[in-house]
Amino acid sequence: MSTYIIRRLILIIPTLILVTIIVFLSVRFIPGSVIDLMSATMPPDVTADAEDARAYIKNVLGLDVPLHVQYARWFRGVVTGDLGDSLWTGRDITREILNRIPISLELGILALITSMIIAVPIGVYSAVRQDTIGDYIGRSVAIFCISLPGFWLGTMVVVFPSVWWGWSPSAQYIPITDDLGGNLLQFIIPAVIMGMVMSGTTMRMTRTMMLEVLRQDYVKTAWAKGLRERSVVVRHAMKNAMIPVVTIIGLQVPVLIGGSVIMERIFNLPGIGRLLLDALGQRDYPVISGVNVVMATAVLLINLVVDVVYAYLDPRISYR
Amino acid sequence: MTEGARVAGSTEISKAIPKHYPFFIDLLIRLVRQKPLGTVGGVIVLVLFLVGIFAPLLAPFGFNEIYVGGPLEQPSLNHLMGTDNIGRDLFSRIVYGARISMYVGLGASTIGAFLATAIGTISGYIGGKTDIVIQRLVDAWMCFPALFILLTVMAIVGPGLVQVTVVLGILYGIGSSRIVRSTVISIKNNTYIEAARAIGCPVSKTLLRHVLPNIMAPIIILFTINMGAAILAEASISFLGFGIPPPTPSWGGMLSETRFMLQAWWLAIWPGIALSIVVYGINMLGDALRDLLDPRLRGGLGRYGGVSKKLIKENKRQIARATIKN
Repeated sequence: MSTYIIRRLILIIPTLILVTIIVFLSVRFIPGSVIDLMSATMPPDVTADAEDARAYIKNVLGLDVPLHVQYARWFRGVVTGDLGDSLWTGRDITREILNRIPISLELGILALITSMIIAVPIGVYSAVRQDTIGDYIGRSVAIFCISLPGFWLGTMVVVFPSVWWGWSPSAQYIPITDDLGGNLLQFIIPAVIMGMVMSGTTMRMTRTMMLEVLRQDYVKTAWAKGLRERSVVVRHAMKNAMIPVVTIIGLQVPVLIGGSVIMERIFNLPGIGRLLLDALGQRDYPVISGVNVVMATAVLLINLVVDVVYAYLDPRISYR
Repeated sequence: MTEGARVAGSTEISKAIPKHYPFFIDLLIRLVRQKPLGTVGGVIVLVLFLVGIFAPLLAPFGFNEIYVGGPLEQPSLNHLMGTDNIGRDLFSRIVYGARISMYVGLGASTIGAFLATAIGTISGYIGGKTDIVIQRLVDAWMCFPALFILLTVMAIVGPGLVQVTVVLGILYGIGSSRIVRSTVISIKNNTYIEAARAIGCPVSKTLLRHVLPNIMAPIIILFTINMGAAILAEASISFLGFGIPPPTPSWGGMLSETRFMLQAWWLAIWPGIALSIVVYGINMLGDALRDLLDPRLRGGLGRYGGVSKKLIKENKRQIARATIKN
């Protein structure tokens, strides 16, 4: 098992290097005019005149040295966990990201739990009653969930309760340490919306897996033993069908992170998504690169964890 | 009807069926016959295209014509969906929004399909080191959450309809290339490919004449699914202010103007409903196409491994039809 994990960790390294190159090169595509815009809107206390500002920004972005040196410099920073400072706030980007991770993580975990609560029962029911009205409704619900624009639901939740009952979600972020109830209340609405949007895919995966498992011989054996349907479905089929569904968690992490951008914006949560949005709005390129690299790494690592868990759960998979 | 006659009838259908239609017409016939929900989806897509194409004829006002009514007017017969804060007719804007969605959806999924086919076939067919290099690049690219990379690239290239379409096309193209690649690998060792190679068919011709026709099914499915995803993604990034800039009536962009929604609920409702219906229709169609085109999923092995009731019914109907014909 440990050799398997080590092997996978080593395999991650080339991908990570490629990730940093992609991020690095994308920053390189900043048109020159953006530097003008930045120098024009630069806080006056940082620089005296426009030429100075340009030189300063070029220096901060590391544009004044050859390309490979720039990359080496930045890559060394990434490896040692130093992502540089924000152009606008001057804050340390690594710290900024670390501060915001718990917020996005809480939102993501709550959303994942919601999506499972919605998806698994409907998916299982749909498979057990294949090609009945219930199955059609279940499948339509799944596609409906996939098709729902999360940002629209979010907007409606903000707009309508406020029109009808004068209630609106808290505009201020409540830290979990200050008020647990208030914090949960604040997170639960965006989490449920994200969960709903995500549940469609999980629902379909659950259904497919259940259909496959229900045709296995051991399920026939369970029937032949005269077990009740409940016992066959829950104890014999579901237990096995759920294993591949674990992988979908890994597949949905990017979707989850993407969805959090929108929800954090609508519900005023200062998470990673907000950091990226603000940075993009201000063209704070070091922050943009930093957030992208951290998120891509997170996705890679979570996928690794999911694979390891999968290998652990399914004894048929050998860890080479 | 006796049992014997039924059996005789069922052998008749196998003779009756070979009537051959061109691929797409055959697909359409099967869609309408076997997939009612998919047909509904297809109709929704058709309506989107028709509304998009004939937008100037359908919309009573221009999409950016201000003060055709009072500001924030309730939905009425004059303004079916009400008006916005500067008196623009919301219905007209929704109708023109269909055109924007159509552009983005068709454009992005076309670019995506070409890119996915190119990357997937080259990577899958040539294999070896080329494959390894391409796949590592795709791996790295797939690590980025779609919305993150989308927002970042949009911030670099700047907002606009063409930019959104191209960026989405590239994004989905690279993402879908995986599926094309795996299909190419699965057919690569078939005898007909071997035969083509044996008679000295050049690689380019093999790919075009022998591989491509056999990977059309996943490409069509990907095209449909990507279209829905692209429309939704465009709306999301326009909502966040990085997509199509106002006053172009993008459904997502229309939803981002939250300031007046507290006074005018219709501003929050219509673009969202239009968007949901369109994406739902496309996904339904994509789902039906997948069932029809993917042989591994074809035919329902029904409840707990039996044959599904629907399939039995379908069979009976065909048998009956065949016996009546004779």
